[in-house]
Amino acid sequence: MASRILVGTRKGTFVVDKTGGSWRAQAAGHAGMGVSFVARDPYTGRLWALLGHGHWGAKLSISDDEGATWADAPAQIKYPEGARYIGQDMYADDASDFGIGWRISTRPATLAKLWVIAFGPGGRIHVGTIPGGLFVSRDAGASFELNRPLWNHESRGGDLFAGEGKGETKWFGTPASEGEFAPGIHSIVIDPRHPSRMLVAVSTAGVIETRDGGQTWHSANKGMLLEHTPEPEAEWGHDPHYIEQCEGDPDHVWQQNHTGIYYSADAARSWRKVSVPEQGVHFGFPITADAKNGRTAWVVPGRSDQQRTAIDGRLFVARTDDGGQTWKALRRGLPQECAYDVVYRHALANKEGVVAFGSTTGNLYVSDDGGESWTTVGNNLPPIYSVRFA
Amino acid sequence: MVTVHLTRHLFSFFPRLEGKEIAVEASTAFEVVQALERTAPGIGFYICDERGRLRTHVNVFVDKQMIRDRRGLSDAVGPGSEVHIFQALSGG
Repeated sequence: MASRILVGTRKGTFVVDKTGGSWRAQAAGHAGMGVSFVARDPYTGRLWALLGHGHWGAKLSISDDEGATWADAPAQIKYPEGARYIGQDMYADDASDFGIGWRISTRPATLAKLWVIAFGPGGRIHVGTIPGGLFVSRDAGASFELNRPLWNHESRGGDLFAGEGKGETKWFGTPASEGEFAPGIHSIVIDPRHPSRMLVAVSTAGVIETRDGGQTWHSANKGMLLEHTPEPEAEWGHDPHYIEQCEGDPDHVWQQNHTGIYYSADAARSWRKVSVPEQGVHFGFPITADAKNGRTAWVVPGRSDQQRTAIDGRLFVARTDDGGQTWKALRRGLPQECAYDVVYRHALANKEGVVAFGSTTGNLYVSDDGGESWTTVGNNLPPIYSVRFA
Repeated sequence: MVTVHLTRHLFSFFPRLEGKEIAVEASTAFEVVQALERTAPGIGFYICDERGRLRTHVNVFVDKQMIRDRRGLSDAVGPGSEVHIFQALSGG
């Protein structure tokens, strides 16, 4: 059974171990630093942390001694010379009915945020960034390169290295970019059967697939619904909050989207909405898929996009075991009054029957029985950004 | 030689620089950063972004004057200049 969890927080990295039958957290480096994501490369055993220094930029950090010591990775993520993107800035516009306007311009790309890291066989490491970059290493992190076919994709205006492109983008921004309203890649899913097939998810554009190792990309948003817009079945403009596949049955892919929960049983060729709003199972950020049973997944629902808190002050996890046809609310051991936690997209995970999640309120909970009952690991951690099993 | 004073904050990332007197050959603030990079590989990317622009929340002073060219750090430094590199007091 899983016995170690890596936690990235606003104020450092924590390692949570199960010892003597209980889970205990301890600080494991990066004191005072923002840690967007921390995970183990299962192929090398190395720990990788994605840091967001407020003043000094985003950095990759590595540890080969289980977090006892960390060092900046020898190769840092940098956008290459000439990398540009079409960005949008909001500005005050008294002439507008809404008081704001959007200014579109093509601008040089510099690293704003390291958001997610994923590991593949053969020394492959993928890092998703803001603004909207997928960086790939083929040498276990000794070097990284921007995936240009995705960067230059027609959906975001074409090749801006070569010229001015189409001058318009269908990739929009995310508040997670911490400043500028730029797009970000937060989910990277590698098909274990064919590692050249990958899905990435972008806030805000949608899910994008490659079947040839990143040489070509196409949208994978069929069945997604952009409700309350003039074009509900648009190819682009979707806001996946997170996607995860069943590792043992990768045709089953789960998506927590801004507009609800979606499930695919055909490797993201089509999606089906499986939200049950009347049960509160609809809005949220994270989702995690069981590694064996593709029909099992967990979410931590929140109250609508306007509020983004636990519903009615009562925190719960919801699990489905039938592909989203029914959901079970799991509350035992979780606070059922005055709880206003929000759980970020990378802060829910499961492994071998153990489920864990952490909130921006600094609460960390673990269940050893698939979510049926929960124990509190800590109530006073820094705001939690990521929870991953080591 | 130009004397460089770094915020203590940077010593947590580059501990070997702590307590050392840092003197470099340079004629611009940009060359100061280049010289620092040779001394402590990686530090340049803490001070500037990948386009060579001074990071938003970092300030560089040459002889107590904040540099004017944050995009290219072309501000001149002379023999005997003192350069301070600080984090801006941003946040709360």
